[in-house]
Amino acid sequence: MFVETPFVRKKHRRELLAKCVFGLMAGAMVVPLIMIVSYLVYQGAPLISWEFLTTNPVGGMRRGGIWSALLGTIWLVGVSLLIAAPIGVLAAVYLNEYAKDNWFNRVINLAVINLAGVPSIVHALFGLGAFVLFAGIGRSVLAASLTLAIMTLPVIIASTREALASVPRSFREACWNVGATRWQTIRSIVLPNSISGILTGVILQVSRAAGETAPIMFTGAVFFRNIEAGNLFAYSLKEQCMALSMHLYTVTTQVTGAPKPLPYAIAVVLLATVLLVNATAIVLRVYLRSRKKW
Amino acid sequence: MQHPVKKIEVSNLRLSYGAKEVIHGITFDIYENEIFGVIGPAQSAKTSLLRCINRTIEFSPDAKLKGTVKVDGSDVKTQNVYELRRKIGMVAPLPVGLPITIYDNVAFAPRCSGVTAKSDLDGLVEQCLRQAALWDEVKDRLDSLGTKLSGGQQQRLTIARALSHRPEILCLDEFSIAIDPITTMRIEDVLKELRKEMTIILVTNLTQQARRLANRTMFLWNGEIVEVDSNDVMFSDNPRNRKTYEYVNGIFG
Repeated sequence: MFVETPFVRKKHRRELLAKCVFGLMAGAMVVPLIMIVSYLVYQGAPLISWEFLTTNPVGGMRRGGIWSALLGTIWLVGVSLLIAAPIGVLAAVYLNEYAKDNWFNRVINLAVINLAGVPSIVHALFGLGAFVLFAGIGRSVLAASLTLAIMTLPVIIASTREALASVPRSFREACWNVGATRWQTIRSIVLPNSISGILTGVILQVSRAAGETAPIMFTGAVFFRNIEAGNLFAYSLKEQCMALSMHLYTVTTQVTGAPKPLPYAIAVVLLATVLLVNATAIVLRVYLRSRKKW
Repeated sequence: MQHPVKKIEVSNLRLSYGAKEVIHGITFDIYENEIFGVIGPAQSAKTSLLRCINRTIEFSPDAKLKGTVKVDGSDVKTQNVYELRRKIGMVAPLPVGLPITIYDNVAFAPRCSGVTAKSDLDGLVEQCLRQAALWDEVKDRLDSLGTKLSGGQQQRLTIARALSHRPEILCLDEFSIAIDPITTMRIEDVLKELRKEMTIILVTNLTQQARRLANRTMFLWNGEIVEVDSNDVMFSDNPRNRKTYEYVNGIFG
C-alpha cells in the first residue's frame, strides 16, 4: 500500500514549487509584450487609418502617411531575403550533408558562428565599404539589401543546419544502403522532413531585417523620398528608399513639431508587419508539421 | 558439389576505429548461392564486417581498413560505390521505416536506379513485400506511412526494401530481433527460396537460426575467426575448435 512518508511529502512540495517557479517565469514573459503592444496601440491609434498607410509623408514629415517608408521596408526585406535564403539554405545543406569533418569545414563553421555574433553596425560599415564604395553600387535598395542579406545569412545557415540535423541519421543510412546518392537522399528524405524548420528559420530573419536601422542607414535608406502612392513598384533597385525603422528614428529625433502619436503609429505599423510575417511562419509551420512523418 | 564460385573473398582484413583495432586480420570466402551464417557475441565486429563489404564503413570517418574485400572477384574499393551497394541488400538490426509511404519505401531503390514505370514498380513492390511476409498486412494501406508501422512490421519493410533493388547478395544483420517466431519462420522459408537467386549472409545471435538455415557458418570472437566450417562440422559434437562447441551449446565460461 502507498504510504505517505515525509520523503514523499517533501518530494511533492518540491515538485509544486518547481512548477510554480517555471510557470511564473513563463507568464512573466507575456507581461512586457502586452504592455508594449497596448501602449503603442493606445498612443498611435488616433493616426492609424488606411489613408495613413497609403499616402506619402508631407509637410516635412509632420503630416500625411508612411507609404514610402512601408514600401521601402517591404522592398529591402524582400530583396535581402531573395539573396540570403537560397545561398543560406544551399550552404547549410552542403555543410550538413556533404562536408567532411576536416579543418577547412571547421573554419567555415567557425566563421558562420562568429558572423552571427557581429553587431549590425559593423555590418553597416562593411556594407558601406564593400557594396556602396568598392563595388560601386552606390547607396541604393540593392546595396542595403545586400548588407541585410550578409547580416541574416549566418543565422539562416545555422537554423537550416539545425533543421537538417533533426532528421535522424538512420534515415540517411537506410537510403545509402540501397545505393542512393547523397542528393537522392537529400531530395527525397532529408529536405521534405526538414522544410518546416528551414522555412521557420528563414522567415524569422525577416523580422530581424525589417527592424534593423543601422545596416541600411549608410547603405540605402534616406530621410525622405516622394514616390507614387499605391504603386508597389515605385522603387527600383538602383534608387534609395525610405524604411519604417529609419523613418521612426527620423521623426522621433530629427523632426520638430511632429504630432505626438506619429512615432507610435509608425511603431505599430512596423510591429504589425513583423508580427504578420511571424504569424505566416507559425501557420506554415503548423501546416508542415501536420505533414511531418515520424 | 562441383567447385563453388567465390562471391565474396575477404583476405587479411583489418579494421580499426581510431587507435582501436576491432577486426584483426581475417580471411574467408563466401560462395555463390549459399547462406553464410555469422555468429559471435557482442563486440565481435559482425556488423562492422558487413559494413566493410558494402563500403558503408566509409561513413565512419575514423575507420581504417587494411587488407582486401573482393566482390565478384574485384576489390570493392575499385568498384562504383552505388553499383556495389545496389548489388548488396542490407538489413540493419534496428528497423528503419522511411518517412514516406510503404509503397515508396519499397519503390525508393528502384526509382533511384531509374525504374519509373508504374507497372514495373507495382509488381516489384508486391513481390518484395510478399517475400518479406508483409504483403497481407499492408496491401490495403500501401499509401500509409512506413514510420507508422509497428517495429516488427518496419523490420520486414526494411527487408522488403533490401530486396527491392534485386541484390545478388543479401546481408541480414539480426533480422529477427523484433519479429515474432512464426513470422520469423515464414521469412526463413523465403530465405531458403532466395538462396537459389542470391548469396545470403546471415548475422545472428541465435545460433539455432544459423544451424537451421546456413550452409556454412563462421564463428567470430573479438574480431578474430574461431572457425569457419560447413554446418555439419560446426554444429556437430566435434567441431575443429572446442570453443565453437562450447559457444553453440551455451556452455561458455
